[in-house]
Amino acid sequence: MRRGCSILGSDLILFGLFAAVAVMGSLAVIGQKNPIYSVLALILSFFGLSGLYVLLEAPFVAVVQIIIYAGAIMVLFLFVVMLLNVPREDAAEWDRTHPYYRPAPAVLGSALAAATLGLLAWAFSRTPGLGAGVADARPAASSVGQLGRVLFTDYMFAFEVTSILILIAMVGAVALARKREQ
Amino acid sequence: MTTYSFDAVIPIVCVILAGLVVMLAEAFRGRGEKMPLGGLAVIGLVGAAASSVLLWNRNATSFGVVTADNFALFLNLVLVAVGLMTVLITAQTADRDKLPAGEFYATALFALVGMMLMVQASDLLVMFLALETMSIAVYVMTGIRREAVNGTEAAFKYFLLGAFASAFFLYGVAFLYGTTGSTSLDRIGTIVASQAMAPNPLVLMAVGMLLVGFAFKVAAVPFHMWSPDAYEGAPAVVTGFMSTGVKAAAIAGFTRVFLSALEPMIGYWAPALWVIAAATMVLGTVVGVQQTSIKRMLAYSSIAHGGYLLLGLLAGSDVGKASILFYLAAYALTNLGAFGIIALLGSYSRDNDNLRDYAGLWHSHPVLATLMALFLLSLGGFPPTAGFIAKWYVFSAAIGAGYYWLAIIGFLSSVVSVYFYLRIVVMMFMTDRDARPVPAPVTGIALAGLALSLAGVLYLGVLPSQVIEWAQASVATIF
Repeated sequence: MRRGCSILGSDLILFGLFAAVAVMGSLAVIGQKNPIYSVLALILSFFGLSGLYVLLEAPFVAVVQIIIYAGAIMVLFLFVVMLLNVPREDAAEWDRTHPYYRPAPAVLGSALAAATLGLLAWAFSRTPGLGAGVADARPAASSVGQLGRVLFTDYMFAFEVTSILILIAMVGAVALARKREQ
Repeated sequence: MTTYSFDAVIPIVCVILAGLVVMLAEAFRGRGEKMPLGGLAVIGLVGAAASSVLLWNRNATSFGVVTADNFALFLNLVLVAVGLMTVLITAQTADRDKLPAGEFYATALFALVGMMLMVQASDLLVMFLALETMSIAVYVMTGIRREAVNGTEAAFKYFLLGAFASAFFLYGVAFLYGTTGSTSLDRIGTIVASQAMAPNPLVLMAVGMLLVGFAFKVAAVPFHMWSPDAYEGAPAVVTGFMSTGVKAAAIAGFTRVFLSALEPMIGYWAPALWVIAAATMVLGTVVGVQQTSIKRMLAYSSIAHGGYLLLGLLAGSDVGKASILFYLAAYALTNLGAFGIIALLGSYSRDNDNLRDYAGLWHSHPVLATLMALFLLSLGGFPPTAGFIAKWYVFSAAIGAGYYWLAIIGFLSSVVSVYFYLRIVVMMFMTDRDARPVPAPVTGIALAGLALSLAGVLYLGVLPSQVIEWAQASVATIF
């Protein structure tokens, strides 16, 4: 296993690539008029993030990021957007809003972004020896193998109970949704 | 230390197997073919009861996260009784209400699995999974009559608010894990006790979150808003099932977590629980008096009973814990009996749950009217029924622990509650039947279920000493 996360050479190029995808993806989310495109752009952004996790040697987080966020949650988002039937933001609606309120989203969003950036900068400034410290503190259990081992030893019973939980959720969904024989 | 003994999970496995068999039998059932699904469920429940009795006094644990101490086993037996009653009543009403019997029994059995696991869990992670298993199954049961608009509404409300409460519970577990590094109740208890003088603020937040999560499931004020709607919208059998089973499981989990792991923090949570218990008893009673739907009235009554149970929890002593167990047994048998009768008197098109529907019931259904009167008197706490001993036991535990005011509030609200129980009795016996259609007569299996419930209510009321002894033995060995 490599020690530390050297931001050199190919790593740097890959980091730039994935970071660019993530940032461009998120910009595209708020830049689109059509909500479906926004959701698709968010998936793109998640792929970028997941690439960053791989670079950080956290393959499990990367895979989970794709499976859960890009896979399950995004599909849910898409369904909701399609069910609500909002093909594009209504320009006329926007024009009807009071001029006084129009800058509100921009102002609030910028304030939040500034606050987040400030917090991050504060946290970084307080963390001594950034690169090395973070690399050493990398949690050992982030590998899939180790997680699996813990899951099937210490948490074996909880894992098995989860199967019952999912089973009852499925049976329940079918019982509530299926067509009744008359 | 993890021990790989399977003993402690045997009662749960019995019910899981019954649930799976019922589910598969329904799946392979031909169209129009009759199958003894209720019988299969009963076999699993009897197995669970038998194994619980055999495990008595053995203090078995499995996987380090499931315990079969007497406290859990006592409640397992109560829960099995709840399941049996529900199956017996449903056997009579399933066809009439056009319930999908297979799915209904399977969901009820899996809900029981969640309840029993919640009672037996000695680890917060497993307790959360149990809570969710129970809750999801009960949401489904609430909305199982899809044609009924208020049933669907009830299920949806219950689901949304319940999911929110589960999030609170999980958040509390996460905070406790973050501060103690463990989800095991023993381990958390040791660490919390070592810092009881100057607690970590995160532990206080965890206590608050868990309090909210449990209070929701118990339907304690101010987290009770879901329960009148859910209880009214669900089929009466399901209302009986969830007002007893869910409440018993939630109170058991509440007791186990707050009187073992979080016991050192009692100075912090006891005042909050004092207010919650007092508000629950008073509001449940006062609002209950104004209801005209019997289901809704009994919903508020069961909120109030949750308050009496919290009194036992607050007392915290061995007497308090034993009184919780006895109260749960008495309350479960009584309430299931009452809701069973409401279920049997309903019809597909109308619930017949208005107070006026019970006018002159004595003339058309003398047996049911008598049984209903006994159950209502027990809910109100009249001797010689189970409810009287249970209330007396809980109040004496509260007084023993020095909660005089709370005991007085409890006593007064229980006196007021007598008004609305007696109102139904007066309606049944002293009013003439009006032009409403007379409900169909009740026969067969359901009457056996009611007889079981009646026997329990009278036995606990007349000869309570044996069960009180068992309840005391249940709490002596643990905590």
